[in-house]
Amino acid sequence: MKASEIIKNGLIKENPTWVLVLGMCPTLATTTSAINGLCMGLATTFVLMMSNIVISLLKSVVPDKVRIPCFIVVIATFVTIVQMVMQGFLPSLFESLGLFIPLIVVNCIVLGRAEAFASKNNVWHSLLDGLFMGLGFTWALTLLGIVREALGAGTFFGNSFIGDADGMLLFILAPGGFICLGLLMALINHLRKA
Amino acid sequence: MAKKAESSLKNMLLALTFIALAAGLALALVNNVTKGPIENVNKEKVAKAVAKVLPQHDKYTIDTVIVTTEKGDVKMARYTAVDANGNIVGKAIESFDPNGFGGKLSAMVGFDAEGNISGYEILASSETPGLGAKADKWFQKEGKGNVITMNPGANGLKVKKDGGDVDAITGSTITSRAFCRLVNTAFEAYNK
Repeated sequence: MKASEIIKNGLIKENPTWVLVLGMCPTLATTTSAINGLCMGLATTFVLMMSNIVISLLKSVVPDKVRIPCFIVVIATFVTIVQMVMQGFLPSLFESLGLFIPLIVVNCIVLGRAEAFASKNNVWHSLLDGLFMGLGFTWALTLLGIVREALGAGTFFGNSFIGDADGMLLFILAPGGFICLGLLMALINHLRKA
Repeated sequence: MAKKAESSLKNMLLALTFIALAAGLALALVNNVTKGPIENVNKEKVAKAVAKVLPQHDKYTIDTVIVTTEKGDVKMARYTAVDANGNIVGKAIESFDPNGFGGKLSAMVGFDAEGNISGYEILASSETPGLGAKADKWFQKEGKGNVITMNPGANGLKVKKDGGDVDAITGSTITSRAFCRLVNTAFEAYNK
């Protein structure tokens, strides 16, 4: 498998959000604003990349029957590291994402890539896969965040463009998340196939 | 592809033990680095909130008071501020109400020496974004439901719907009620 193929898979062809439709819980919950979506994506990217590297290194010493607990311990370790670092050095971000950071552990993308890719490929390819799957997740979340924030609050990355008026609150709330996600997914898959 | 380790009891035990140990070690190291900053962040947050909600003061002391609420007795931190001459200029209370729309709502509430509200700052909330979450600005001096300089007195703060003087957040009466209860609890702690 070529590196360019892995990159394209993560970003577009097998994009975790638009095509594989994995990790919908954090996708819907954290995209109430563009910045939240972006940061959640980047935090997941870090965990995905690091866990892919370590799992790829460990693949020949981990017996098949205990591979899932081993993967989960590795992933949970990196998630906890992200959480502690964020809490200490980026407190305002930690406040808005707080609850969802520990939930990266159970994000199916992370375990999915460990199981489907890192446990079968070499370290370099696993690193690339983690990085670009993560970035694919990040741009999807950021786009969804931008759209929901623009419609729901009338702001772009926190800068208001509608003055004192109120946005359409629906789009910040859960139903709006589903509506935007569905429409964007349809649009992007249409473009992808065109 | 490298040959997989066999799933024998020995291999499984070794792999799990080794990975768990390595994970524990890595976390201990990171914890060592981040412990200090995390503590500082939390302390700073409280100090900032205290400074913001209290009138001009020289320094403050901290004690804990027990307040009786409908849900039983709760402990609250109280920050008593004094001026350069040692006169009490106000008290700030880290108060909360368990029944916001999305769960617990907590805030730092400051009172001046006469018991008038001198300021508040929401510390943690899980209210609805765009509705109840507006509580951070709504009840401030510039907000539509200004409570600054109000005195809860004997009757306590109440929203207009319940016969009080506080303008509730549009569409968020439950959050507004929780906020009033939180201020009333703080006022009780102030009077202790």
